[in-house]
Amino acid sequence: MNLINLLKIAFKALSNNKLRCFLTMLGIIIGVASVITMLAIGQGSKNSIRDQISEMGSNMIMIFPGNMQRGGVRQSSDNMETLKVEDYKALSTVPGVAAVSPSVQSSGQLVNGNNNYPSSVYGINSDYLDIRKLKVKDGSMFTDHDVKAAAKVCILGKTVVDNLFPDGTDPVGRVIRFGKIPMTVIGVLESKGTNSMGMDQDDIVLAPYTTVMKRILAIDHIQGIFASAVNEDDTEATISRITEVLRSNHKITEGSENDFQIRSQQELSEMMNSTSDMMTILLACIAGISLLVGGIGIMNIMYVSVTERTREIGLRMAIGARGIDILSQFLIEAVIISVTGGIVGIILGCLATWLVTAIAQWPVDIRMYSVGVSFLVCTITGIFFGWYPARKASNLDPIEAIRYE
Amino acid sequence: MNEIIEEIIIEEGSEIIRVENLRRHFKVGDETVKALRGVSFTIRKGEFVTIMGTSGSGKSTLLNILGCLDTPTSGEYILDGLSVQSMSRNRRAVTRNRKIGFVFQNYNLLPKTTALENVELPLLYNPEVTAKERRERAVKALEAVGLQERIYHKSNQMSGGQQQRVAIARALVNDPVIILADEATGNLDTRTSFSILTLFQELHDRGSTIIFVTHNPELADYSSRNIVLRDGKIITDTINPSPLSAKEAFEALPKDTD
Ligand SMILES: Nc1ncnc2c1ncn2[C@@H]1O[C@H](COP(=O)(O)OP(=O)(O)O)[C@@H](O)[C@H]1O
Ligand SMILES: [Mg+2]
Repeated sequence: MNLINLLKIAFKALSNNKLRCFLTMLGIIIGVASVITMLAIGQGSKNSIRDQISEMGSNMIMIFPGNMQRGGVRQSSDNMETLKVEDYKALSTVPGVAAVSPSVQSSGQLVNGNNNYPSSVYGINSDYLDIRKLKVKDGSMFTDHDVKAAAKVCILGKTVVDNLFPDGTDPVGRVIRFGKIPMTVIGVLESKGTNSMGMDQDDIVLAPYTTVMKRILAIDHIQGIFASAVNEDDTEATISRITEVLRSNHKITEGSENDFQIRSQQELSEMMNSTSDMMTILLACIAGISLLVGGIGIMNIMYVSVTERTREIGLRMAIGARGIDILSQFLIEAVIISVTGGIVGIILGCLATWLVTAIAQWPVDIRMYSVGVSFLVCTITGIFFGWYPARKASNLDPIEAIRYE
Repeated sequence: MNEIIEEIIIEEGSEIIRVENLRRHFKVGDETVKALRGVSFTIRKGEFVTIMGTSGSGKSTLLNILGCLDTPTSGEYILDGLSVQSMSRNRRAVTRNRKIGFVFQNYNLLPKTTALENVELPLLYNPEVTAKERRERAVKALEAVGLQERIYHKSNQMSGGQQQRVAIARALVNDPVIILADEATGNLDTRTSFSILTLFQELHDRGSTIIFVTHNPELADYSSRNIVLRDGKIITDTINPSPLSAKEAFEALPKDTD
């Protein structure tokens, strides 16, 4: 018996029971539509995290005082004073390091006339802009000379500008106060918006690290070092060279632990990816379960259908259908249901995805593979869950089947 | 006497069916039901055989074996020169498809399906028949049973007699070596029964070989040979040299007035 005849027979049988056929399909439709939508959302958020990380500088390396994470508990590094200005200076000559900046930070109230705004001042050097992919939009960055002199100058982020200069006056050249210390605004940063974790990247004030260390915090250690590798692929190697330099500077003996920790953006992006991967897996599992339920629905209906059509099966056998013909017919019916359901589900899933972007403005990305996999899974679902009912049908005894009431 | 009969039949045509000492036992719990206890006969091309017997005498069991739906517990069955016992399940299915036409008591048409599609069905399981040929043959078979006007009627829109005609057309469409009918008129009123019987006689006149199982003894007069079963054995096997015309009997019946 050829395939066209089989398809003809299966289609005919299905069209005799359109409503049931549709209801059976519904399970598959919902399953596939949710798989497509969930994967699109998962992929979309992954993309946006990746974009933001690369915007932040994907080859960034961060060094903080303190031990590496141990046994799942990260020890507080706030009051460790293991990093010095000399460490940062030593790193600038390490091969593979493109730029390096120390980092100290102080939180406090910023004041401009009647306007107050609580923010943080970051003490850094001019390399920091390159490392963090920041740009000065108005005015200019402070110079090495400003750093040496611990000049009371600062660069403001857009959020800070909006809060301190709500009337829209140009902040460049104006003097604001951070606590008691007056600082001249010499530049404004280009806006970067919020990052993927919802942090406002424009809520920032930059100043020479010397100014923050000496005039604000009165400390002689630094709280961190930001560096960037020449290129992303070289990050690992650069990190190990940095580690070596810092260990020898700190006179750490072989076998002892580091008194600093190094994080790279790459690591961060891997961590975030694995988080969003987990999310995607979770979503896909939920969607997969609904597909499974859809498959069981097919099996259920196929069983009912085989019982209901016992006489028909008996007749087909009596007029010459072989077991394989009956098996194929029911299998093809199951596959037609699941594949048609799959196609409708894919279309519906794309529509739902589109709605998600249009209404909730979530980033989404429908990958061809998720469409392909859904389609494949549907076909397999049909074959798998159609198999037992179909086999039951093909094993019927024609004499008993044709007498069945 | 039997030998004389055989000689007459030989002149009519070649051997289609030969069964020898056919037995069929069913195991029901601890007991064995002996539905057939050694049945032997030969049927030649062009015969119209009625098989009679009371309910439970083994008629259907015999017909199922002749139709390759069932296999005997022992004994031999040769259909059109082929030994059926040695066939696999699939081989028997193909044999049913190419050599046998079945007519059942309760028609067994596919529901919500047109007469044409119902008749085409056996040919769908024969890959050698093209779609065009399938249709032509189905239309021809429907013409042969007098339903040329109703080829697109759905099975559930037809009367019992018409449904049985469709079923007969379906049994004819594969050009079988033998048509097997099990109580084909069992569900029909007398008038319709005779019209169906008339149809069988017409098919017989045109050369079909027919085995017609019935528990109605009256019908023996309309066939060319009558085999009577009792308790799984043949008690009589008689040739009827001058069968009555079912058509005349049909016309003699009082017409339905209401
Ligand atoms: N599948 C079966 N299992 C057990 N007994 C059966 C089966 N088929 C038929 N029989 C028995 O065999 C005998 C003959 O049955 P059957 O051929 O149907 O008779 P008929 O068609 O002449 O009425 C009956 O006693 C019946 O109960
Ligand atoms: Mg019977």
